[in-house]
Amino acid sequence: MRKVAIAGVGHTPFTFAAEKSSVELFNEAAMDALVESGLTAKDIQAIYVGNVLGDFSEGQIMIQSYIADDLGAFGVAATRYEGACASASLAIRDAFIWVASGFYDIVLVGGVETSAKMGTPLATRTFAMAHDAHYEYPAGLTFPGFFAMLAHLYSTNYGIPLQRLKEQMAQVSVQSHKYGMHNKYAQFHKEITVDDVLKSFMVCTPLQIYDCCPFSDGAAVMVLASEDVAKKLTSKPVYIAGVGQASSGKLSAQKNYAPRIRARELSVKQAYSMAGIGPDDVDVCELHDCFSIASLIAAESLGFAEYGKAGEMWEKGEFDRGGKVAINMSGGLKSKGHPIGATGASQAVDIVHQMRGEVEPGRQVEDVKIGLTDTLGGDGVLCNMVLQRGW
Amino acid sequence: MDYTLTFKEYNKSLKRGKLLGLKCNDCGKYTCPPKMACQECGSTNLEVVQMKGSGKVITFTVSYVPAEGREAEVPYTIVMVQLDEGPWLLGNLTDMDPNNVTMDLIGKEVQLGSRMKTLPGDAYTVGNKEAEGSFARATFVFA
Repeated sequence: MRKVAIAGVGHTPFTFAAEKSSVELFNEAAMDALVESGLTAKDIQAIYVGNVLGDFSEGQIMIQSYIADDLGAFGVAATRYEGACASASLAIRDAFIWVASGFYDIVLVGGVETSAKMGTPLATRTFAMAHDAHYEYPAGLTFPGFFAMLAHLYSTNYGIPLQRLKEQMAQVSVQSHKYGMHNKYAQFHKEITVDDVLKSFMVCTPLQIYDCCPFSDGAAVMVLASEDVAKKLTSKPVYIAGVGQASSGKLSAQKNYAPRIRARELSVKQAYSMAGIGPDDVDVCELHDCFSIASLIAAESLGFAEYGKAGEMWEKGEFDRGGKVAINMSGGLKSKGHPIGATGASQAVDIVHQMRGEVEPGRQVEDVKIGLTDTLGGDGVLCNMVLQRGW
Repeated sequence: MDYTLTFKEYNKSLKRGKLLGLKCNDCGKYTCPPKMACQECGSTNLEVVQMKGSGKVITFTVSYVPAEGREAEVPYTIVMVQLDEGPWLLGNLTDMDPNNVTMDLIGKEVQLGSRMKTLPGDAYTVGNKEAEGSFARATFVFA
């Protein structure tokens, strides 16, 4: 396998209901990524697009072909990936494999979503399509409901009284908003307090609105190239040093592991092993904080905390800038926003910006050499990527 | 290879208050709801059995924000029940006001009620409706 690098990146603002279409959002980010790489659309050999709900939000499926044609990448192979909230990460992993294999030298990959356009009732309904439609949606399961149940289970399994756990969870949201404040692409530019979280309205017990990420619109895109090509395109290539992907079944089928998501443990092990690193080597991590409790669960399975201890570490600042590993310096899904088809690409793009020292001073981590992305789709599609600074 | 127990058969039976599952003839463990392969060992050497329908609450949530089309249901209580035979089954708890539900619910003994709730389905499940009818929801009450 050849080494593969991210040669250029693009990222739209993440927003409430966008005035632009998904094709427009994706291609604005795509053109920025191409310009950064010194390429034109004619140089691209294939396009990989994460998009989940374009059929519901815009009445558009097969968006990948229209993206390619609109962009001026006439006639290229274009493929859409659907893995719920991990769609873009699946697209990047596959794009990586095609370039690593030698089949392509230059591909464009990213994701786009306009879920905020749908409004909360339809967005809640369509997101819930990522649950088991026959066996678990009928009881009224939604994504906040799923993580709410994991929160109660977490409290019981690890013997943390619920009120104490809620304070720890609130601290995760507070930290995310602290950094989202500085991110020019973020949906929220607003600091919050633990008290704000605990006084916000109840969504699904014990999760309150500030425990939950918003519905968001936006896109993030990158150019991947083989090592030899990338070195000609940029003096700052970021290598994809390791990738992992795994899946889990519906919530009830995860009984032997919950509140852990087993797929994450399998996936991140693949990514660490391929990169030849471990959790202690990670400088920055963008993890899938769709809900505050999801951050605790993720940090533990990624190897950053013992099971049941992640909340304490957030409180102690271990996952803050200057801590053991800087987590979600972008503001995370909570504050930056979560356009589900784009999220995995956005995580990777933010780490590229961190490595280049290009993010706002209020959230820049010094000397980032290794970054990790963690993206969870639905009940358990997991994808992780280890990114490595190439200069 | 045909499924030993399809959604259609499981669903039809659950609507009548009878919970069907699968017993593995290789590892002896149970799978419920049904799958192609044993949830524990992956074997397809399975037989259909009737589950007792009783167990204890493992976790829960009370949902206040509905999906489109389910506005009339909120608030409602979702419970994950560990059945006596081992599997977890997601359902609703109907004999307690959702606004009064607390962590005390975890560990409580429950059993399937005599009247199962159903979900009629919506514009997005039209295929299911035509093939399989409405969706049964395991509806639990305190034992």
